[in-house]
Amino acid sequence: MKEATVPATTPERNVSETREASRTLAPAVDIFEHEDDLVVVADLPGVEKESVDVRVEDNVLTLKATAKTTLPGEPSYREYTLLNYFRQFELSDKVDRDKIKAQMKHGVLTISLPKREAEKPKRIAVEVA
Amino acid sequence: MIRRTWEPFRELEALRRQIEHAFDEYTGWDTPLLRASFLPGRSSRTYPMLNVSEDKDHVYVEALAPGLDPESIEVSVHQGQLRIAGEKPAITTDVKAEAFHRTERGAGRFLRTMSLPAEVDADKVKAQYKNGLLLLTLPKAEQAKPKQIAVDVA
Repeated sequence: MKEATVPATTPERNVSETREASRTLAPAVDIFEHEDDLVVVADLPGVEKESVDVRVEDNVLTLKATAKTTLPGEPSYREYTLLNYFRQFELSDKVDRDKIKAQMKHGVLTISLPKREAEKPKRIAVEVA
Repeated sequence: MIRRTWEPFRELEALRRQIEHAFDEYTGWDTPLLRASFLPGRSSRTYPMLNVSEDKDHVYVEALAPGLDPESIEVSVHQGQLRIAGEKPAITTDVKAEAFHRTERGAGRFLRTMSLPAEVDADKVKAQYKNGLLLLTLPKAEQAKPKQIAVDVA
C-alpha cells in the first residue's frame, strides 16, 4: 500500500484538510498484509474512541483523532506534547472500501481493510488428466 | 600590552544560546514542535516518554505508552526513584517479514527509572492505564508538602 502523506489525487480538497488551525502529529503505524486483508495499526495515545475519525474518500484513507492529556496539576517536566493526530494513506484498488473495520484498544487503533474478492490469491486446482 | 585570552568554548556556548533563543520565538513551552513532529515508536532513547506535574499534595506522572499488556505493567517507588517496567507485545506473530509494508511502532519489554521531584509516600501510589496513557498519582510525604509559615510583624 503506497503511502502519501502529501495529498495525492485531489489537491483542492486536501489542502483545506491539511491547513487546519491546530498543529498535528503523524502517528506511528505498522502496516502489514495478510492473504485476505491489509491491516493498519496506529499508536494513538490519549485518544478517546469517540474522537477517532477514519474515512475513505476517493483512494485516500484519512485518519484523524484528537488527544487529551489526563495530567492534573502544574507541569514541571515535559518530554512530549499531545497534539491532534492526522495521517493520510493512498489506497490501491485492492481494497474493498465497504468492508473496512476499525477498533480501538489501549490507545492503539487497528484498521482492517479486506481485499476485494478478485484480489485474493486463488488456488487453482490442477486436475491430473 | 593587554593580553586577551581566547575562550572558544565560551563563544560557542554564547552562539548556541543565541540560536536556541531564535528558535524559542517560534516555539513555546506549549508547542515543542521542533522536538517531535512525529511521536517516535521506536527511536527515542528513553521509553516511555514521561510528563510530570505537581500540585500541593501530589506528584503526577503520565507515561506515553499505547498498546501495553496491562498485566505486564510494574510500577514501584524506591528511595525517590520511580521505576516503570512492562511489555508492549508485537501486534501479531503470524505475519511473515515480507508481508510488512511499514513498521514504525516498535514492541518489546521496557524499563525506565526517573527521580521524582519530591518525596512521596510509596504505599499510596495509584496507577491507571487508560487510552494508552499510564497515569500515576503519587501522594507527597508529609514533610515534602509546602508549609505556610506565619509572618510575625513586629
